[in-house]
Amino acid sequence: MLDGILSGLGTAIMPMNLLMVLTGCFVGTFIGMLPGLGPITAIALMIPITYGLDPSSGLILMAGVYYGAIFGASSSSILINAPGCSATVVTTFDGYPMAKRGHAGKALAIAAYASFTGGTLGAIMLLIAAPLLAKVSLSFQSADYFALMVLGLSAVAAFAGKGQVAKALMMTVLGLMLATVGTDRSEGVERFTFGQMDLVDGFSFLLLAMATFALAETLMSIMQGGSNEAQSGKELEPVELGSMKLTLAEVKEMAPTTLRSSILGFFVGVLPGAGATIASFLAYGAERNIANDEQKKEFGKGSIRGLAAPEAANNAASTGSFVPLLTLGIPGSGTTAILLGALLSYGIQPGPQMYVEYPDLFWSIIISMYFGNVVLLILNLPLIPYLAKVLNIPRPYLIPMILLFSITGVYLVSFNSMDILIMVAVCVAAMVLRILQFPMAPMLLGFILGGMLEDNLRRALLISDGSLSFIWERPITLSFILITAMILLSPVIRMLLVRYKASNERVAAKHS
Amino acid sequence: MFKAHKLIKALVTTGLVVASLSSTSFAQEVHFLIPGGAGGGWDGTARGTGEALMKSGKVEKASFQNMSGGGGGKAIAHLIETAKTQEDTLMVNSTPIVVRSLTGVFPQSFRDLTPVAATIADYGALIVRSDSKYTHWEQVVADFKADSNSVKVAGGSARGSLDHLVAAAAIKNEGLDPMKLRYVAYDAGGKAMAGLLSGETALLSTGLGEALEMSKSEQVRILAITAEERVSDAPDVPTLKEMGNDTVFANWRGFFAAPGISDEKRDEFSALLESMYDTPEWEVVRARNGWVNNFVPADQFYSFLENQEKVVGELMKELGFL
Repeated sequence: MLDGILSGLGTAIMPMNLLMVLTGCFVGTFIGMLPGLGPITAIALMIPITYGLDPSSGLILMAGVYYGAIFGASSSSILINAPGCSATVVTTFDGYPMAKRGHAGKALAIAAYASFTGGTLGAIMLLIAAPLLAKVSLSFQSADYFALMVLGLSAVAAFAGKGQVAKALMMTVLGLMLATVGTDRSEGVERFTFGQMDLVDGFSFLLLAMATFALAETLMSIMQGGSNEAQSGKELEPVELGSMKLTLAEVKEMAPTTLRSSILGFFVGVLPGAGATIASFLAYGAERNIANDEQKKEFGKGSIRGLAAPEAANNAASTGSFVPLLTLGIPGSGTTAILLGALLSYGIQPGPQMYVEYPDLFWSIIISMYFGNVVLLILNLPLIPYLAKVLNIPRPYLIPMILLFSITGVYLVSFNSMDILIMVAVCVAAMVLRILQFPMAPMLLGFILGGMLEDNLRRALLISDGSLSFIWERPITLSFILITAMILLSPVIRMLLVRYKASNERVAAKHS
Repeated sequence: MFKAHKLIKALVTTGLVVASLSSTSFAQEVHFLIPGGAGGGWDGTARGTGEALMKSGKVEKASFQNMSGGGGGKAIAHLIETAKTQEDTLMVNSTPIVVRSLTGVFPQSFRDLTPVAATIADYGALIVRSDSKYTHWEQVVADFKADSNSVKVAGGSARGSLDHLVAAAAIKNEGLDPMKLRYVAYDAGGKAMAGLLSGETALLSTGLGEALEMSKSEQVRILAITAEERVSDAPDVPTLKEMGNDTVFANWRGFFAAPGISDEKRDEFSALLESMYDTPEWEVVRARNGWVNNFVPADQFYSFLENQEKVVGELMKELGFL
């Protein structure tokens, strides 16, 4: 294996391949920054170019575009609330509020550092254990995915602000309901499509995120802008970029979060049935669940942890998704499916023997990821002040631009003009809900987990012939369910403890 | 106070730009209409065909238009509605057009279009993990007879779609009840493969192309394929037919023109596609994608589709989908 790694290193540092890393990261970052256009679009654009390259260079280029796009996609999430791709939807939850408070530079820097850490730790874990991790990919069955999604849903508490628990739950249910629209993925039956052809494929996650966050936010800002002439005059002043530098306290706050989320994200990425988007939601929820009461209040308002967690997780997950791709030949997502197609077109069949049969290729891709993350950090950090200037564009120009980019971004993925109308309708509904103070994030959580929750539960039931025994028979399933129960019951237990203590004190006071 | 006029202004500006983006010109030699988004199977087939035709100089220019929606139904409706301006358009499609017309997902069928030709095909394959106890299809049949619940078959699409139909047909042609087949649906071929490898299902019904790639890395074993006779890429893999099971099934991909185009124009398209097979440019595209040539010219394509509709329709009726 060491021989392979060394020869892979030799291949990875060839000038041609270093150039490919650089090109890939550059192209990925820029396409990723455009709202809605994520890694799939970026890679699809690069495919014709890779036909003329040798396999290592071609794959290093495409891998660079892939994690580059996820790296870059955070910028538009933070600056204009329009997620660059579905994996950075969670980044908007705390990234945008932070930018709004005048810390855009800091938010971009935190995202860059967290992404870098996630990507680098992911690459290191790949390097050490890629062949072994294939077993992790295959250890998950439908029942386990189901339990993982249940655990993910328990994070809904994490999205509920103070006194908003009921509203958060209602929005989660709305998300779960929206996930059932379209052709049922197990039975092939149409549900809630009302005979409308455009609903047969269901709603796209990115469309919902874009409509409820980017569109609704910009339109709300127009409506609110006019309420006070003095205020709108004030808002035309350049928005503070804020310092890019992090204080020691901030670094200390984000370091453990980044580390935990990188590891969590990586392992979720390794699972062929999950991916970077799920990873970012799970990491965000996990951080919120383990935060103390003081830190919890920060979430959704520009929390450093809330920003670092999804950014570290999505980059680690995109790296982790190379495990099933390279060691099993199984694509876990649309993006890795395109990468698999590219590998096959070079006549290379990925599988358990790939690191033996093509050591050069296998290890050079992994090592190039390490370089790639350094390149991305060097590329992105100096760009921050310029990127943040977006916020200085006068709003009468900025707002139409955001609307245009968000809508074209969604359209260019589906090429269905009806999507634009659906977006507008969702946006109007979202604005009404926002005026009524309903949080949007739980709806997206419910939507993204809902489909997988249902599919996996139904598969698990089919496989167990309708018995629920898988819940206690499969250790992975059981542990996830127990952790969920602990999370859900902990506030109740804490409340009981407080009461018990209080009554004890009363008793003690009486006696004394 | 809400500033409604500002809001409307912003919406209108955006709308205009979007509208101008989505219009396409039709003055092309061949215009490919793709009923799905970028990166899918239909997309690859149309773009690969267009690339071969253009690079070999068979056509001056090929243009492509993606139009997703309705599982492909949107593009069919569009082609019919705008038929008069779609003289040079070829829409890519495949076996699902037959299945989805039968189930009513598409209100139209191939009869509402002009079938031009089928160009490539992929056979069905039934595969197991390489460490599975099954080494022959007959063992699966025996187990199914003993306890039909013990044989779970995975597939990368919903019940009633191709993967399910192939497995059900194989069971039916053994004289067994296909309704008893436990089919586990996944939302993508890769996830179904992961399901098989994780051991949650015993069998996987998939395309031969994907099965061959996975068997090269020795992770899976192909028990049987649905070809008429053994294929040259996998001479050791038996067909169901030689085991006395009459399941023969090919998932074709091909092209349709707008309704009402002249027979000459249709035959011209068909001849154009036929002439593509001898070009080195097509061979590059074919090999890159691992496709199997399977040409069905215009004069046979219609009856081929009718026949497939009949076979698939009967099976779906038996399975309770119709």
